Amino acid sequence: MEVREYEPVIGVEVHVQLSTRTKMFCGCALSFGDEPNTHTCPVCLGHPGTLPVTNAEAVHYALMIALALECEVAPRSIFHRKNYFYPDLPKGYQISQYDIPLARNGRLGDVRIHRVHLEEDAAKLVHAGASGRIHGAEASVVDFNRGGTPLVEIVTEPDLRSAHEAAEFGRLLQATLRSMGVSDVNMEEGSLRVDANVSIRPAGEANFGTKAELKNMNSFRFLERGIEAEIERQEATLHDGGEVEQDTLHFDPRSGSLTALRSKEYAHDYRYFPEPDLVPLAPTEEMLARARAALPELPAARAERLTREHDLPAETARLFAFRGELGDLYEAAAAAEGDGGADPKALANWVKNELAGREEWKLEPAALARLVGMVGERLVSQSAAKEVLAVMAERGGDPEAIVDERGLGSAGEDELATIVERAMAEQADAVEKVRAGNDKAIGAIVGAVMRETKGRADGGEVQRMVRERL
Amino acid sequence: MLEDLRQLASHALDLVVRQPQARELFELYRERAAADDLNAFLWVADEPEADEGPLAGVPVAVKDLFCVEGVPSMAGSRILEGYRPPYSSTAVRRLRRAGAPVLGKTNQDEFAMGSSNENSGFGPVQNPWDRSRVPGGSSGGSAAAVAAGLAPWAIGTDTGGSIRQPASLCGIVGMKPTYGAVSRYGMIAFASSLDQCGPLTRDVTDAALLLRHLVGRDPCDSTSLELPEEVRLPSAERLDGLRVGVWGLGEEGLAPEVAEVVRAALGLAEGLGASVEEVELPHAGHGIAAYYVIAPAEASANLARYDGVRYGPRRTDGDLLSLYEETRAEGFGAEVKRRIMLGTYALSSGYYEAYYGRAQRVRTKIADDFRAAFERVDVIMTPTSPTVAFELGERTQDPLAMYLSDYFTVPMPLAGIPAVSIPCGLAGGLPVGLQVAGPAFSENRILDTAYALEQAIGFEGVPVVDAGPSAGRLPRDAGPNAEGLPRDAGPDAPGR
Repeated sequence: MEVREYEPVIGVEVHVQLSTRTKMFCGCALSFGDEPNTHTCPVCLGHPGTLPVTNAEAVHYALMIALALECEVAPRSIFHRKNYFYPDLPKGYQISQYDIPLARNGRLGDVRIHRVHLEEDAAKLVHAGASGRIHGAEASVVDFNRGGTPLVEIVTEPDLRSAHEAAEFGRLLQATLRSMGVSDVNMEEGSLRVDANVSIRPAGEANFGTKAELKNMNSFRFLERGIEAEIERQEATLHDGGEVEQDTLHFDPRSGSLTALRSKEYAHDYRYFPEPDLVPLAPTEEMLARARAALPELPAARAERLTREHDLPAETARLFAFRGELGDLYEAAAAAEGDGGADPKALANWVKNELAGREEWKLEPAALARLVGMVGERLVSQSAAKEVLAVMAERGGDPEAIVDERGLGSAGEDELATIVERAMAEQADAVEKVRAGNDKAIGAIVGAVMRETKGRADGGEVQRMVRERL
Repeated sequence: MLEDLRQLASHALDLVVRQPQARELFELYRERAAADDLNAFLWVADEPEADEGPLAGVPVAVKDLFCVEGVPSMAGSRILEGYRPPYSSTAVRRLRRAGAPVLGKTNQDEFAMGSSNENSGFGPVQNPWDRSRVPGGSSGGSAAAVAAGLAPWAIGTDTGGSIRQPASLCGIVGMKPTYGAVSRYGMIAFASSLDQCGPLTRDVTDAALLLRHLVGRDPCDSTSLELPEEVRLPSAERLDGLRVGVWGLGEEGLAPEVAEVVRAALGLAEGLGASVEEVELPHAGHGIAAYYVIAPAEASANLARYDGVRYGPRRTDGDLLSLYEETRAEGFGAEVKRRIMLGTYALSSGYYEAYYGRAQRVRTKIADDFRAAFERVDVIMTPTSPTVAFELGERTQDPLAMYLSDYFTVPMPLAGIPAVSIPCGLAGGLPVGLQVAGPAFSENRILDTAYALEQAIGFEGVPVVDAGPSAGRLPRDAGPNAEGLPRDAGPDAPGR
């Protein structure tokens, strides 16, 4: 096959479950993993005569998202009914937004945001039977706990040009939403769901090709893999002279494959019309100001600032920005460390290399700063400092105390000289070999010193001292 | 005590003022309602459940579509047969809090879709004035119950005339308030942007009294609102300076005998000092057309929840599609299905603009017409119904003729404005209703106007309740007693 004669065009649709206290249109508490049908009421079960009442906290979170994505907020957006029959939809319609969404025309990074709107989640269907899908199921049961959870839908413009870009955008969006505290953004639990619209076109062509919609990818890895697979499939189809059909593809995380759902089955006419039970959503200046004030520094801005002000490498800055707790620790430690002890870059490396693998830690930022300072002053060796840091992460505490308690302080110059000289005497063979030009033999001497000092000595320093004495 | 009650029990206000022993009062009406042979009641309460309050234990008949916790609430539909909601509607809760217990649930057209009560899943209601005739609809059970003295008063809902038209056909007072005045929470929805709860009573004062305890902003209904002033008991004796606009007397479908009675009532209004002139509502004539797009469209979505999954009867031979199809095919009646289809079609992709979009524009024009008219007049009067009560079965084969029953009542809900129907006389021995409409929030104005006219009209006709279909109607001047207690209505009545 020829190389890249086609250009992928990708847009994503993201559904975000908001972490409000209660559901979108009733007072039921949100839950995940609770006993089925324990968080329901007449409203979210669609009982006759019930009416929806918009959750003010959900509106607040949605406005925060709209502002974080630099959108224009509609002065009056309206809710619509999206009509279709399904057992997970108790009213027979989903309350969503249609032609006048909450916000439009935003941006996150290089990707333009088409729209942001509010809606309610469906309930959860569980199918008994081999297929795990409703067709061919022996029985299906519904858990209405999830039904009515507030959702924000974010739709991008088709600005992404590769599967990798799509996944990276997803990660940035996830980090952004997480930093705002508006959602758990957990893809496996479904609080963040990313669908992708994928098409390809001959490179240089301005018009879009026919797109396929990829659904249900529950990790960014699967998202990337699914898009890759779909791009290849479309390329192969076009290469063979075929045409891409508009399709909805369902990603199966178990097999890692995409299955086409028959298009006709999903050719819904949703018969949208304005929801007469709700008044238009008209955010006041006060609501907008409150949403703006609630926004933290967002990851994209933080990464940029960490690179600019702290001179961190882009990758590290991004890590700290995307995982805000690492960034917070780093910045607090850097600020705690006042008079010339730890170098910010060294501090950043310690955080990145030793703490990024952990979910949580107990150490105080100031203690971390002191430990890194001690390494800089050679009061403790690199390897000893790793041990100290591990202890601090587990149970907190003071680095000096831990060093003393465990006898991890660097061996002093005199003590070390004595140990080096004794080791050289004991390893006469090795000394001879090094003198004869076998430089590798120096390892045996250094190793002996390290054993003797139980890691309190710096390997490089020991080597230097050995060479001095050869 | 019971003897006293039967003597006075025609106007709920009398009962409220006299504060009879609530328990005995409830029992009296409970027995009457239980002995109902008009098919007006679908369920009758055993116990009065209400707080002590200003409505003094006077029981209220409640249209079936108001949810009452633990009590059958089926909106007149077989698809909700046996459904007992886990909660109560705001209207019922307010009335109970004010001291009015639920007497029973009254029959209605299925999901409030109808003008004759013949669309009920539980059989038609007979008009107490003539049992071969319809009571009107959709709140026909409530209207018949009040007219026959089976209940002191009742609540119903009005979407295109469903309170006012049956009130007119049964010779009682029925009022549709400004949209939003009464919470819709717990009212089984027909068309959400039009549905509104209101009273059906024997006189205007009762209507005001009941309404006063129904209105108010409800946090459970986003479209509800607080009226700018409290609903007062009306007291106007004169209508000096009141500018009355008249609409619809020239309409082709209006029965001449109805027009004549309405004209006489307008003459009385002039006699009370009002000026009467015709007003133009250029688009109101399109009200029926717009209504029969908008209401079915909303209904098609409102009724989608009746799928057999969570409550109500479930019918299926297996898969999901048959669950939906069989449950709905068997549960819904013909008129409901017709409107679901109309509404589904009107909202369909490619037709939305031509039907729903256009109907909404007509609706706006009708509201504009009223606004313009109310620059010149204070209230607008029309006949409530183009005809008196028609024969059972007369219009069931002709949906369009049935739809035209609401010709005069449909424009007001489309504009969201309040209107009250009062009996203004008899034509051929059957009651004729006069409709008084005003701008949004003018409840007190139209109640005062209706009250003054009510006094001048002196309508005292009451139906013969126990006489069977052939005995028919009662002439206006042949009321059995001045208090208007229907003869023989109670089980203790002479001759039983």
